[in-house]
Amino acid sequence: MESKPRFLSVLDSITGILFVIATYMVFFYAPVEAVMGKVQKVFYFHVAAAWVGMLGFMVAAIVGGIYLFKNDRKWDIVGLAAVEISLVFFFIAIVAGSIWARPIWNTWWTWDPRLTTASIVELIYAAYLMLRQGIEDPDRRARFGAVYALLGFLSVPMTFISIRLLRTIHPTVVGGGDPGAEGSFSMTTPMKQTFFFSLFTFSVLFADLLWHRVRMGKLAAKIEHLRLRAL
Amino acid sequence: MFFLQSPPDTSAYMIAGYVMIFGVMAIYITSIFTRTRNLKRDLEILSEVEDQQ
Repeated sequence: MESKPRFLSVLDSITGILFVIATYMVFFYAPVEAVMGKVQKVFYFHVAAAWVGMLGFMVAAIVGGIYLFKNDRKWDIVGLAAVEISLVFFFIAIVAGSIWARPIWNTWWTWDPRLTTASIVELIYAAYLMLRQGIEDPDRRARFGAVYALLGFLSVPMTFISIRLLRTIHPTVVGGGDPGAEGSFSMTTPMKQTFFFSLFTFSVLFADLLWHRVRMGKLAAKIEHLRLRAL
Repeated sequence: MFFLQSPPDTSAYMIAGYVMIFGVMAIYITSIFTRTRNLKRDLEILSEVEDQQ
């Protein structure tokens, strides 16, 4: 395996620094929200994690299309890496949202349109990983993965627009939401700065993790190739 | 003045949320490095076996 590129080490350092700053802003720069109290601070990383989730699923769909067009296995490796990272971050977003909901909605979970569609997305992509495990032939597995990532992505915009189209208690950060939403708040300037900085930090973190995960995927593909040749 | 209230104490939920967020991220990052290390080891073994044959 080739040695770690210098730019990847630089990106690791930048990501670490950005993450420390974002964490500092969440806890010490952003003010405490008047109605919800300190639990509102979960919102910054909750939304950023959900953003990374959706970003990765979108990347997987795009590279899935490229794979079908070019038939180059490296795009399958990128797609798998993007889905795996997004699954983890979407899980974080769902659980963080549930923790926020307990004191605000007085329940850990409710079958609200946003929560329901987010759970469906998580299960769709968990199934993607499980089904891939069941396919031995690498080319067939890559083709299946590409088509699945393209079709599975249809569920992502459905989650994004669910709180804008349907009756929901989930607050909307950008754009108008349901008037019945519980837990909405107006962001002050430090809150907006913390929010957008967290989004930026998580985007950089996604790029960094994707690079590491793709390198790991290439290594796994090399080993699989050697094993298949040995058989 | 009498009607002004301080925010409710929801610190425990904030702490729980961030412990979960940092915990899951730490586990995932560790898993990437552990799996990569194991794959490198596997590759070395496979290369040795191939050289011997």
